[in-house]
Amino acid sequence: MDIKSAKYYKNGITGKACGIYCTIDDVKVAVPLDPDNIHYAEIEKQRLAGTLTIEDAD
Amino acid sequence: MALGTIDTNQIASDAVTVPKVTDQVLASPNLIINGAMEIFQRTTSVASVSDNTYVVQDRMNFFSSNDGVISVFSSSEHPTGAGFSKSLKVDVTTADTSIAAGQYLGINQRIEGYNHAQLEYGTATARTIVVSFYAKSNLTGPFCYSVKNGTSDRSFPIEFSLSAANTWERISFVISGDTSGTWLETNGIGAYHQISLAMGSTYHGTNNTWQAGNKVATSNQVNLLSSTSNEFFLTGWQVEVGTASPTAYQHEDYSTTLRKCQRYYETLPQHTGGFSVIATYRAGSDYRQEWMFKVTKRANPTAGGSQSAGPTATYISPDMISYYHTADFYGGALTANAEL
Repeated sequence: MDIKSAKYYKNGITGKACGIYCTIDDVKVAVPLDPDNIHYAEIEKQRLAGTLTIEDAD
Repeated sequence: MALGTIDTNQIASDAVTVPKVTDQVLASPNLIINGAMEIFQRTTSVASVSDNTYVVQDRMNFFSSNDGVISVFSSSEHPTGAGFSKSLKVDVTTADTSIAAGQYLGINQRIEGYNHAQLEYGTATARTIVVSFYAKSNLTGPFCYSVKNGTSDRSFPIEFSLSAANTWERISFVISGDTSGTWLETNGIGAYHQISLAMGSTYHGTNNTWQAGNKVATSNQVNLLSSTSNEFFLTGWQVEVGTASPTAYQHEDYSTTLRKCQRYYETLPQHTGGFSVIATYRAGSDYRQEWMFKVTKRANPTAGGSQSAGPTATYISPDMISYYHTADFYGGALTANAEL
């Protein structure tokens, strides 16, 4: 999975980070912070390996 | 004999034997979803396949890390006389004549733990399964089929060959249940079932036995990537509880299979002149929009859209996605991906 331009986004009601905007294999997607989601699992794997940086939410 | 002379009172229980009842009645559910390759919500063909991706047929994932290139198609080629209309076709477009130790190519389906739990793997009462599928290739093999757990530390590879090149053949084998290891019974990966098309030595194990590790093929595995002339077709994939011959493929109506697939992937297609999502209300300068899924997802799905200026997902759950958008409608396609 080629993951780029990762950035957290916040829930409009709670104000807490609830997902990550990024491109995966050149497709723009929103990935929920759910360990059962395969894309989030891969993002976390790459983040912990130091190969992916996730920008803070606005 | 007069009509009504014999009713169930005259038939001994032990007189109703398997040969006298259609195997469709006795068959246990097929654990493979979309085994007839009828559902392809994403597209009909992909020219180049990345590793660990779902490309054409729903629920069919590709492990692909090698120096070759394959295309995958929804093909109208199929075996005759068994009720099929589609198959999955793999066509080699760039060859890799030497598969390195860590390289691989395989078609797999991940069976969700909730569905796989009935097999009681990892216990003394693990159940035996019967695997069957129809395959065709210009190469006769040996290919390898494998079952492994979600953490890839228990696996069972088994070789199979096709009797003749370019001829559809139904392959089947009986696999005893694994009494060891950890097998998820949740919404995670209960088991991988895989057909290996090329496999490096790192993943070679002993044929026809349960073993530790990620061993999904044997050293006899053929290399489908050896030539751009090579191709492989697959349909009628079935995994059922049983200890003997496979039952006939359990065809189901299209909508049933589609709904099963939509637990893992659902798309709201682009409608020419129409709308994918209608604005539900306006908040300031933004339009808040919602997509309620037809089928509850396995987990919170990844939200995608077909247009770069599409709506932005702000809330995601297994049942719906909320978006905001700067227009009162969105004409592109939307996707929700909760694949394993």
